[in-house]
Amino acid sequence: MPRPIRILVAKAGLDGHDRGAKVIARALRDAGFEVIYTGLHQTPEQVVEAAIQEDVDGIGLSVLSGAHMTLFPRMKQLLDEQHASDIVLFGGGTIPNEDIQPLLDAGIAAVFTPGTPIASTIEFVRKACGKRVEA
Amino acid sequence: MSKEDEHVAKLIDGKPETKNGKAPKGDKALWQGQFEAAAKLPGANDRTISDHPLKPMYVPEDVEGTDYATEIGYPGQYPYTRGIHPTMYRGRLWTMRQFAGFGTAMQTNERYKFLLAQGNRGLSVAFDMPALMGYDSDHPRALGEVGKCGVAISTLKDMQDLFDGIDLGKITTSMTINCTAPVALALYIATAESQGVPQEKLGGTLQNDMLKEYIAQKEWIYPPEPSMRIITDMIAYCSRNVPKWNTISISGYHIREAGSTAAQELAFTLADGFAYVEAAMKAGQDVDDFAPRLSFFFNSHSDFFEEIAKFRAARRIWARHMRERYNAKNPRSWTLRFHTQTAGCSATAQQPENNIMRTAFQAMAAVLGGTQSLHTNSLDEVLALPTEKNVQIALRTQQVLAYETGVTNVIDPLGGSYFVEKLTSEMEDAAEDYFRRIDELGGVIPAIHAGFFQKEIADASYRYQREIENGERIIVGVNEFIVEEEQQIALLKIDREMELEQCRRVQGFRASRDGGAVEAALAAFKRAAETDENLMPHYLDCVRKKATLGEISEALVPIFGRYREPAFI
Repeated sequence: MPRPIRILVAKAGLDGHDRGAKVIARALRDAGFEVIYTGLHQTPEQVVEAAIQEDVDGIGLSVLSGAHMTLFPRMKQLLDEQHASDIVLFGGGTIPNEDIQPLLDAGIAAVFTPGTPIASTIEFVRKACGKRVEA
Repeated sequence: MSKEDEHVAKLIDGKPETKNGKAPKGDKALWQGQFEAAAKLPGANDRTISDHPLKPMYVPEDVEGTDYATEIGYPGQYPYTRGIHPTMYRGRLWTMRQFAGFGTAMQTNERYKFLLAQGNRGLSVAFDMPALMGYDSDHPRALGEVGKCGVAISTLKDMQDLFDGIDLGKITTSMTINCTAPVALALYIATAESQGVPQEKLGGTLQNDMLKEYIAQKEWIYPPEPSMRIITDMIAYCSRNVPKWNTISISGYHIREAGSTAAQELAFTLADGFAYVEAAMKAGQDVDDFAPRLSFFFNSHSDFFEEIAKFRAARRIWARHMRERYNAKNPRSWTLRFHTQTAGCSATAQQPENNIMRTAFQAMAAVLGGTQSLHTNSLDEVLALPTEKNVQIALRTQQVLAYETGVTNVIDPLGGSYFVEKLTSEMEDAAEDYFRRIDELGGVIPAIHAGFFQKEIADASYRYQREIENGERIIVGVNEFIVEEEQQIALLKIDREMELEQCRRVQGFRASRDGGAVEAALAAFKRAAETDENLMPHYLDCVRKKATLGEISEALVPIFGRYREPAFI
């Protein structure tokens, strides 16, 4: 039996809105994944360090403060610099539609906006992060 | 013929055979049988959005034992179930107060002037994340966050620009700010002084509710204990020097947004309120000196009657505890005054125009619940800060409610409804139950350290989300009535150049001041923090000497420490 998928659910920046992050963390755990939650107010550096140390397959970043165009690309850059590009970076929050494509172009694997069924996030994680488990 | 058929036949005939010519009496058992036998719609219609059980109908027995004079009473009279003023909206409408702030102080100043011109009656400042967390705009941790979800304020110059051309002696201002609230108040007082308005004349509200930060909103610098000391210092200072200022707006809004139920919002908010009362009394203040200046801030969510019952229960609980438990003598200490904001968490990104209707119903619940002021969310706030157009629609929603619907004409029009009175009492009972559990944990601060509130809220929010996921609850446009191709709406953009401009402004401000005077003020401030001296005059002194928000906030970290939340899911 393959090992379970490991996910780091992360809050970065100064944003204290943790409702979505906690709901997603519980739902991923209930779906059979191993879930680690960073807690609030992490820097991108702290999140990436935790991801590498915990050897996670994916990072789910939640941003509701409007700082997504800074935090997502910065985190992707740090993952690349630390030769951890195989860790799938995805996320969600209050992200306007027009910002989604630029984030995808910057290497963010998926962006989930408010109202996304959790089932589709779980399906994404299973597919995208499952590849790393098999590799 | 069955009993039921006989009854129906009588009704159809229209000439019921009765003794003494009396009309037939209602038969509860008959209705009950009919109801139970009939098919019902699926879904969660036997409980509120908060999972509170509901009967299909309420009858006089449900309110048996409720004493009208002592439990419901009259508006403007203890226990204020029906409202805090004898006249309510016949005497004065609620204050239409739209929360606003984005970009630089100058950009927000323009929005304030627009809002005032549109009939907004008071200002309400939304600060950006760095200001809320104690960082100047040019701090590395502020990168990407400047001016994004509120206005960037780091310096006295920023605050002066924010209110440029607005007479602080004539308007009232609400500031949604907590761990940096004393800095914001000091900046506001100093700005008023520069306009020639003395602090005694200032009217407004600071949110300044740190307990709910640890519980729900999660913006903090220091741990709870020193934060409570700062708050009691501010209460004491304002009682003497800024008598018209509402020192704390004890907030359930964020607790609800974080996913709590209505009863949790009610209970946790009032428990926080009692904790502030106890802290100020413990610091030697007389309850009637400060309690009249405490105000509240609630959420108005989508479950119409539950919200109304919550507001009514809040007034009754507060009055009873203030009078009976804290022996307040002044009726103004007994009255719970509150601001309401419609539920941001109920807004959907899908078909965002539908948020206009959600907001309108929620606003009506707030008014039927007797609110003193109201913010109606704009349809686009689920995606970004609102555009001017959408803010106007939100404000017009309040104006239609106030001037066209007639709901303002009769005081507490739902009072006496078997359902609303019963639900009001059940809300009160649920809150009292939580008060007991919090007491068992040793009070609000120990319960925060134990993660009690955080866990209760997370459990409730997960339950709610699962009900949506499995279709028990329908959210229009999200899990039903979906459109495949969503139309895009125009959103407000905060350009990145704004952040750089703000950083240059802060750096220019620092370069232009007397550095020695700043150092001296900060040093005196730190010394005071190590004693019992009231810190508020020091906050003012630092601001007048042009210390920045970030410098003032950081100064006390070596003394008070920095709070870290235990992370759990």
